[in-house]
Amino acid sequence: MSERRTARPGTSKLRIAVPRGALFDDTLDLLDRLGLDTRDVRGNDRRLLFEEVGIVTMRPSDVPTYVEAGAADLGITGKDVLLEQSEREVYELVDLAYGQCRMVLATVAGEDRAAEALRRLGVVRIATKYPRLAARYFLETGRQAEIVEVRGTVELAPLAGLVEGIVDLTATGATLRENGLVVREEIAHCTARLIANPVAHKLKAQAIDALLERLHAL
Amino acid sequence: MVDRIPSGTRDVLPDEMRELRAVTDRLRSVFEAAGFGELYTPALEFEATFAVGNVGVTRPAYRMFDEQGHVLVLRSDMTIPIARVVATRYAHAEPPLRFCYFAHSYRGVRPQRGQSREFLQAGVELIGAPAPEGTAEALTVLCAALDAAGLETFRVGVGDASLYPALLDAVGVGPERHEPLLTDLVRGDFVALERDVHELALGEEEENLLVEVPRTRGGPEVLERIRAEQVREAVAGMRSVHALLDQAIAQRVIFDLGLVRSLGYYTGAVFQVYDPAHGVPIGSGGRYDDLLGRFGRRLPAVGFALNVERLHIALTGEERGRGSQGRG
Repeated sequence: MSERRTARPGTSKLRIAVPRGALFDDTLDLLDRLGLDTRDVRGNDRRLLFEEVGIVTMRPSDVPTYVEAGAADLGITGKDVLLEQSEREVYELVDLAYGQCRMVLATVAGEDRAAEALRRLGVVRIATKYPRLAARYFLETGRQAEIVEVRGTVELAPLAGLVEGIVDLTATGATLRENGLVVREEIAHCTARLIANPVAHKLKAQAIDALLERLHAL
Repeated sequence: MVDRIPSGTRDVLPDEMRELRAVTDRLRSVFEAAGFGELYTPALEFEATFAVGNVGVTRPAYRMFDEQGHVLVLRSDMTIPIARVVATRYAHAEPPLRFCYFAHSYRGVRPQRGQSREFLQAGVELIGAPAPEGTAEALTVLCAALDAAGLETFRVGVGDASLYPALLDAVGVGPERHEPLLTDLVRGDFVALERDVHELALGEEEENLLVEVPRTRGGPEVLERIRAEQVREAVAGMRSVHALLDQAIAQRVIFDLGLVRSLGYYTGAVFQVYDPAHGVPIGSGGRYDDLLGRFGRRLPAVGFALNVERLHIALTGEERGRGSQGRG
């Protein structure tokens, strides 16, 4: 495939990509208050497309993909996802303020092994689910890092000796504490964001602006 | 590796080739009928030529040495080569000059993104025709070409590259502080724009202007709504272009005060072509009144380029949409 081809001709109604997972309930509550009927979405966790109310549900990290291609006009996802996929050509319209999290650099409590590795070995090993964000952060802060991408529980990696530190998202810090990890640096403050496909933002300007107005009126 | 080709390139087989050829033939007849003669320039240019053009993010990605050690590039754009042609081969010709082209350009791609390293552009350059007449002529040819290609629901976004910088100047934000704000706008990051504007610590009215003006888009009525003195010149420019357009073309236009282009050489009106059948713009263009001067012939100019592959996708998408409506 050499071109993305997912637009939906002839539909003037907005389609919104909604993230399942941690942001799901808050997002549906917000859509309720904006006047969408989300009862079917709440009542069915196997169906993914709810054409009658203009909602598609998916993993948060897939939201920018659908919105960029125009398969959804709008989408809601975390700033962490947008930072990791920073090359996506989507408009970021509103900071929705819920889903508050911090992107942090954490290491095992006690002496900072990441700092020690940097001082004595010149490079620190970092486990993360956000490899591009982590690589960019270490580059920008002038430190060499070997980024290890993991899919499962990130907290395990420093405990098992795979890496000296992790870059991960934390809401309360409870999981970090339970695993004996401490936050050494805060990289970014993340919240849910409303994003838009750039073409839909022009062609469906009235519908999108009407939604934004209702959003600001809440 | 002999059975594979680089990502972002592709083979075109006869069924698709026939359809692409039909599209470019229709575009070519419109361009030629409007007086735009087709030209061709080499795919390889000296690197120095593109350096003069200041093409920003779309600077050439592929470089090589020739047998004498000169650095050559694969062209990333057709406007720069045509500016070079005008300055060298038409140094004394009476303007306006009208050219069209059907040529491949080459850009770097990011992996896994479905981007094209090699893409076919169909475009025109109108040289020596200042705003607003030249801009209106370019928009007219653009719409006629898309009509002839059979695209039905397209719209053309029209903005002005000078609008936001002028607005920043007018509220006392000097050019040295423009870049981060323009970057936010090019990226479409309105959340960051709002934050960066707030950090400038201006008055409430100025802050609102800087946030609200680039969100403004719609029919000619949005030009009436914008009363701010600071953008009077750019808005008056858009209004005068609008006044010169035939009704059918004027209806295609979406005025977009937030439209900025990442290409470094645009100076005034900028365009972007949208169709609901495709999630990405299918063409773009604008005024580049300073570019020719950098090659030694100071002439105002305007042009646009359509991405033929994306246009083809939009045509197929529209066709599919009409088919399903018929059945429904």
